[in-house]
Amino acid sequence: MSPDAVGLDAVLDLVSLILILLGALLCLIAAIGLLRLRDVPSRLHAATKPQVLGLILICIAVSISLREWHVIAFLAAVVVIQFATAPLSAHMVGRQAYRNGRLDAGSLVADELRDAGATDADATSEDDDEEGDGSDRRRGGRSRWPAR
Amino acid sequence: MNPLLIVILIVFGVAALLTIVRIVIGPSILDRAVASDVLLTEVICVLGAEMAINGHTRLLPVLLIIAAIGVFGSISVARFVAVKESRTP
Repeated sequence: MSPDAVGLDAVLDLVSLILILLGALLCLIAAIGLLRLRDVPSRLHAATKPQVLGLILICIAVSISLREWHVIAFLAAVVVIQFATAPLSAHMVGRQAYRNGRLDAGSLVADELRDAGATDADATSEDDDEEGDGSDRRRGGRSRWPAR
Repeated sequence: MNPLLIVILIVFGVAALLTIVRIVIGPSILDRAVASDVLLTEVICVLGAEMAINGHTRLLPVLLIIAAIGVFGSISVARFVAVKESRTP
């Protein structure tokens, strides 16, 4: 971003700054949501907004500001990788929050995990299977996903 | 200095401070994991904003690496919680 930009360059730089400001506001909204919401899944809901949308806004801002093709290709890779990995951590944290009772049960509209019969015992044994810490005896010929 | 730059600076700073407050006071380790994930995302956003404002491309590999391996922190914390807490009655 050169300080003596004129015409189209100045407009594009301004657009880039506004997009960065929007991304920063998304980060601020996520931080406020982290402080104000009550349980782990609600905070996760607030936290996953800037992970995807904020990053996209920042990457578009960088592309507009630099205007080079290899930068755009690199940022596309960054966005795709973030798309692939952001749901992983959210899924793991949300699952553990459910199993450990870190959620406000009164705020749930539907509890499909409980309706499906995923009790704590089942959850624990599945967990052990994934870690392979010598608890195969618990399965005892059962299938990996027991019929419910 | 462009007033828009000052606003961006303040917004990023306040967001990081509020996230750190949640990391400090978070009642469970899962809250802290979620908050540190947000802090990592803010680091990515700040690095990208710095590149866009100053007009260089030196931080692109850092962005790629953080986006690729930043997820392992939350996943390993979630696995640790699975071992420690889900067996207590």
